[in-house]
Amino acid sequence: MSTTDFHQGRRRGRTTGRRLAPVAALSAVAALLLSACGDNGDDNGSGSGGAEAPESLTVTTFNEFGYEDLFEEYEELTGIRIEHNKADTAENARDSLRNSLGAGSGASDIEAVEVDWLVEFMQYSDQFEDLSEDASADRWLDWKYEDAAAEDGRVIGFGTDIGPQALCYRADLFEEAGLSSDREEVAAVLDGDWDNYFDLGREFVAASDSAWYSGSDNIWQGMINQVEVPFETEDGEIIADTNPEVKDLYDQLLTASVDDELSAGLSQWSGDWADAFQRDGFATMLCPGWMLGVIEGNADGVEGWDVADAFPGGGGNWGGSYLTVPIQGENVEAAKELAAWLTEPEQQIKAFEAIGAFPSTVEALESEEIQSATDEFFNDAPVGEILANRAEAIEVQPFKGPNYLLINVAIQDALNRVDVDGVDDPETSWEKFLDDVEALK
Amino acid sequence: MDLRSRASAWDRKYSPYLYISPFFILFAIVGLFPLLYTVWVAAHDWDLIMGQGEFVGFENFTHILGQRAFWISLRNTLSIFILSTGPQVLFAIVIAYMLDAHLRAKTFWRMGVLLPYVVTPVAVALIFGNLFAERFGLVNSALETIGLNPVGWQSDSLASHIAIATMVNFRWTGYNALIFLAAMQAIPRDLYEQAEIDGAGRVRQFLSVTVPMLRPTIIFVVITSTIGGLQIFDEPRMYDHSGRGGSDGQWRTMTLYLYELGWTRSDFGRASAVAVLLFLLIVAIGIINFMITRRIATADGARQAPPTRAGRRAAGRARGKKLSRKEAAR
Repeated sequence: MSTTDFHQGRRRGRTTGRRLAPVAALSAVAALLLSACGDNGDDNGSGSGGAEAPESLTVTTFNEFGYEDLFEEYEELTGIRIEHNKADTAENARDSLRNSLGAGSGASDIEAVEVDWLVEFMQYSDQFEDLSEDASADRWLDWKYEDAAAEDGRVIGFGTDIGPQALCYRADLFEEAGLSSDREEVAAVLDGDWDNYFDLGREFVAASDSAWYSGSDNIWQGMINQVEVPFETEDGEIIADTNPEVKDLYDQLLTASVDDELSAGLSQWSGDWADAFQRDGFATMLCPGWMLGVIEGNADGVEGWDVADAFPGGGGNWGGSYLTVPIQGENVEAAKELAAWLTEPEQQIKAFEAIGAFPSTVEALESEEIQSATDEFFNDAPVGEILANRAEAIEVQPFKGPNYLLINVAIQDALNRVDVDGVDDPETSWEKFLDDVEALK
Repeated sequence: MDLRSRASAWDRKYSPYLYISPFFILFAIVGLFPLLYTVWVAAHDWDLIMGQGEFVGFENFTHILGQRAFWISLRNTLSIFILSTGPQVLFAIVIAYMLDAHLRAKTFWRMGVLLPYVVTPVAVALIFGNLFAERFGLVNSALETIGLNPVGWQSDSLASHIAIATMVNFRWTGYNALIFLAAMQAIPRDLYEQAEIDGAGRVRQFLSVTVPMLRPTIIFVVITSTIGGLQIFDEPRMYDHSGRGGSDGQWRTMTLYLYELGWTRSDFGRASAVAVLLFLLIVAIGIINFMITRRIATADGARQAPPTRAGRRAAGRARGKKLSRKEAAR
């Protein structure tokens, strides 16, 4: 579940996702109001704090978490009914949670938060229950747990899924262009840095009508998630505009995209982007676990996709979420229990089986179910094993400050101005990016 | 006695105010208070979650006015406003005029005109978003089939404004047409008879009778569509997947900019500053509108005399006709 993975929802009706946003937001609000009323009625005077088990809990997620069956299971186990509000996009969930925190009411008992904006909410960590005593830290991968830990030791979220990235590719297009298409061989040639990946791309586009990748913004997510301190320092200083690492990656990427024509010039998640899956638009795509479902949906009926156990520049994580319990809820104790239960290894495996959300708990990662999982669409690739390997290859967990999402959106705009819209050259677009960053300071 | 008479005096004096007070109370709560509160927020450092911060005076305004993004959003707003309001009013009058003619299945046509208005903006945006998709959209495919260059519906500012104005026009033209139609039906028919007798063709009748008689309605429609046009939000927000108005702010309107400041960046102070500026802009354009339409009104006032006189004459003649018919019956 990344900011972006909402487009999984678009698999079938490509454009429905984003554009139905207000409708979904409204219905979510309506559902919230209704459920809030319901809660009060059902409470039977058990009072706030929820020492007694409440009759129902509200949970807000976005896109797909794969929780539908789990909620039923939980109701059978405990008798607690769960009312599920599902925002269609992560951004909508974020905006509505912000609003609830601002208004002091309206939040669900459990609110899902995505990693790219988790940091923003860490600023208001006193608005969330401390979960550090409700489950032991060693349930999760270290970094997954630590990302949700505030400086004072409070933990505001339980990790759900993670997004270790592999590389998805079109074996048939590779073959036509005279590249080896076998999963192992592709992994071997791709084992290297980004230059190596772009070099292979140059070789490919010289012999093919398709582009190497969909657009700069997709590749950017892979590159920036390998930078240790990309946009902000831990002291809260914004360095995005002065960090030479960022500028170098920007230049390197745009040279490959525009000068070498490796990019199909499509903005991620746009209608054209989704259409291009059906038109052999590009041959490779960065593939966090949740992206598998996106590709499968958009490329429905297209044969030839495969997953290589490799990633340029080592490993990298893209996306993944947390469950938080806002203090304004009426049933915080019961909500904590549910959040802890949902993120147990057993439940994470079930969510993976349901929609491919890759687990973040150590036990689930090592489990037989994950290790032996294969995906028919991707030529029966052992996706469980590959993604587990990719998770192990992750060396850098970038520091994401409260402005991470905003800055990253601004730089993706900068890339798109050059690569997609062609209204700027790399330098003028960078100047505009500097303005955008300045406005955030 | 004394008390009663005093009570009845009070009654006479104050109860009228009491009767009209619901409107003013409601207006104060939902109209005036939010307006003033917005100004209050705009003068503070104000976070969506943290709430009120320090008093900063005009700092939010100076910051906003120094942003390139603000001026681009102002440009976009005005451009989309002009591209939508102008054609909308013109087409609406013409359509209403056609509907006013004697048609078979009148209700069917009138309902048909209103149909786009019934469709939710989201659905409209969905359809038009697909039509105007830059790479594989229907419009560009059609252009390419007939050998023209595809248009950058999302990369080019003006093209994106035209596309969004098309959505707005699609939705609102029919609605305005019905308002004009209602006004047209209130125009005395004998004016047309008179004009016809004077030898005016359909076009001349339209220009010299219909349009002048519609003036108050035109003023109303222009003002409502000005407010709507300047506050346009749904269509640009839904125009692409990100909803932020394009990578270069090609179609980021003031309301989109306001939303981004307030909800994405959670800076309510600056968002409110934009809201206040937008309010001032609407007031300014409203005043300009008012002056222009008033000038038309007074200019037409002079011209209006003949039609009414003509109307009276025509009415007299119609009476005469009735008389003669009666006479004939006799």
